[in-house]
Amino acid sequence: MLYFNSFIKEGVIMSFLKLILVLILSFYGCTTKPSTKEKKIVIWHWMNDREEAFNELANRYREKTGITVVFKLFSPPDIYSQKIIAAARAGNLPDIFGILGEKKTFASFIKAGHILSLNNYMYENSNNWFNKFYPQTIKVVMFEKNNIYGIEEGIYAVPLDTTIMQFIYNKTLFKKAGIDLNPPQTFEEFIEVSKNIKEKLNVAGFASGWAESWLLNCLATEWAINIMGEEKFLKTIESKIPYTDPDWIKVFELFEKIRDSGILMPNIITTINKEAEDIFSKNKAAFSFNGTWAINVYKQLSSDLDYDFFSLPKAEPKNPIKIWGGAGTYFMVNAKSENKEEAVKFLKWLTEEEQQIFLIEKTNNLPAVRGCEDKLPEKMKKLLFNLENLTHPNIWKYNEDSRVIEIINTGLQQIILGIKDAKSLASEIQKEKERITLKNE
Amino acid sequence: MSNAADKTKNFSFILPALIIFSIFWIYPFFYTIFLSFFKGDAISNLEFVGFLNFKEILFNDKAWWRSIYNAAFITFFALTFQNILAFCLALGVDKSIRAKNFYRVVFFILPILSEIIVGLLMREILISDPGIFNQWLKKVGLGFLARDWFSKENVLLTTAIVHSWKGFGWAFVIFLAGLQTIPEQLYEAARIDGANAFRTFLSITLPLLMPVVALIIILTISGTMQAFAMILALTRGAGGLTEVPTMRIYNHLRLGQVGFSCAEGLILGVILVFVSGTVGLISKKIRERWGVL
Repeated sequence: MLYFNSFIKEGVIMSFLKLILVLILSFYGCTTKPSTKEKKIVIWHWMNDREEAFNELANRYREKTGITVVFKLFSPPDIYSQKIIAAARAGNLPDIFGILGEKKTFASFIKAGHILSLNNYMYENSNNWFNKFYPQTIKVVMFEKNNIYGIEEGIYAVPLDTTIMQFIYNKTLFKKAGIDLNPPQTFEEFIEVSKNIKEKLNVAGFASGWAESWLLNCLATEWAINIMGEEKFLKTIESKIPYTDPDWIKVFELFEKIRDSGILMPNIITTINKEAEDIFSKNKAAFSFNGTWAINVYKQLSSDLDYDFFSLPKAEPKNPIKIWGGAGTYFMVNAKSENKEEAVKFLKWLTEEEQQIFLIEKTNNLPAVRGCEDKLPEKMKKLLFNLENLTHPNIWKYNEDSRVIEIINTGLQQIILGIKDAKSLASEIQKEKERITLKNE
Repeated sequence: MSNAADKTKNFSFILPALIIFSIFWIYPFFYTIFLSFFKGDAISNLEFVGFLNFKEILFNDKAWWRSIYNAAFITFFALTFQNILAFCLALGVDKSIRAKNFYRVVFFILPILSEIIVGLLMREILISDPGIFNQWLKKVGLGFLARDWFSKENVLLTTAIVHSWKGFGWAFVIFLAGLQTIPEQLYEAARIDGANAFRTFLSITLPLLMPVVALIIILTISGTMQAFAMILALTRGAGGLTEVPTMRIYNHLRLGQVGFSCAEGLILGVILVFVSGTVGLISKKIRERWGVL
């Protein structure tokens, strides 16, 4: 103890603190930005499957311009999403980033001044850049005039690809069961064919990752629009039509019919999409409902899988359908970045035909821009015919309250589990909708 | 050295810990309370709503109470099945049995494993297609027990069993530590007095182990009510049938409902403090009255 006291008295601690201070200052001196003006663009993303392709493109860009582009991968998407939100709150977002989530999150980033408006770049030279994109793809990243979020009209991100949610059927199982290779056109046909294949081959009729309730929501939305039309669907969100409307009950009853038909894979409500993709790729299910990213996934899981996409089996054969889709991945430019001009230039380069074709070949995603159609495999080319039928929550004038969405999604899962019926779900949703509307007023 | 200098010196020793504690515990705690009175995602919008989030959760959110029920069911199962199993195993290993050190290691492996890994592993084993566990049951002549472990009737019980299976190891370790603090002389005296094994257990082991029992009850309640990763990996909430409060907090945070999820976190915290406090109080009263617990 005596020794310790004298140790302090001798001011060793003070010397030690001074030493730390010197070290901190020296370290700071070493880590301040180099005087050279070398530009470096940092991009954060979550796409495991595109990491290699992105790095290759970064190398090509450096060779061309001398500017270093660093793609930083943060996976899985949930973790990435949290990282981006935390970085926005802390004010240290990278030069380019993507946002995963609803349009209101996108709007929130814009309101906080984190996202650069791309209007000037998109519309310069007679809308040159803007016109390259498929209209349905670019719409997803646009904010219309007088939008409910209070965001100034404009374009705030650059789509990198187009994603479409589609039904998929397994051709091998169709052949084995001796069924014509024509995918079902109606809901009834879909149930019938699924049952048929299940009985003949002892495989599941339908596989999907319905533990991820957004997939159920997607499908319910497509059937709702087919049954009642997009206008009536949007009027429900506006509270002008109740969820207890017979058309809505008809939508929920479709899920009862699917459940009762016995075509679903076992434990579908506890299955995530990755597991469902694995099951489908192993020829254990006749049908699936998935995004166009599945092309790449199936290629990696089972290169000889024989399958094809087809549009929603109609619940109302006479009515038109709308398909959930649009820009799948999109990148934003950090409005507070010192390198924003370079970041925009890089994104422009990335959406040029040559780079898009490279991405198609490497990642099997549908392009965001026109002019690459010839390079697409037949399976993917066919999907582009559906572009004019696309719809997406990001392009709707109104979006449903997230509490209501939660009740719809959980309710659909509970219908599949057999603990709720269509009518009770409809009245539960409506009750919550009315309560929220009243609260907001 | 003057009194003030002495105090300054002493304070300098705890300063680093105080800074770390303030940054990582005190600040987030008060910030969570602060955010719970707001609505919004905390990126660009935060609207003061007073106690509205609390009112919504407590009076209008059926799913929240369902999640509390689910967590309480799993906790009850852990308090009984898990802890009784752990206690029996600790009693067994505490005696001079062959290879007791081996068993100690084996029983403690499970708590060391990651919750996600246990969840995914058990999912693979229990899932009914092809059903490794069901096939094994059939092979050993217990085919009547084979079932769809993730059906609406079984999924919550399956979650509780897997949680208890994963968690009994740490209760085992604490029970074992408690058993080893009981002086051997007491057992010798009991033997000399002619007490049989059951009497010795009732009169010596159980009363002296009661403080440990109270500790395990409190730790089980607070730990299980906050269970998350294993359940997420095992059932993903199963349409609300196995959704627990922490899962709801996580989902709302993910959807940008920051204030709402902070309020949920606080309500859960208050429930846990209340339940643990009640257990502690009951234990104290019993100890004062009967000299046990």
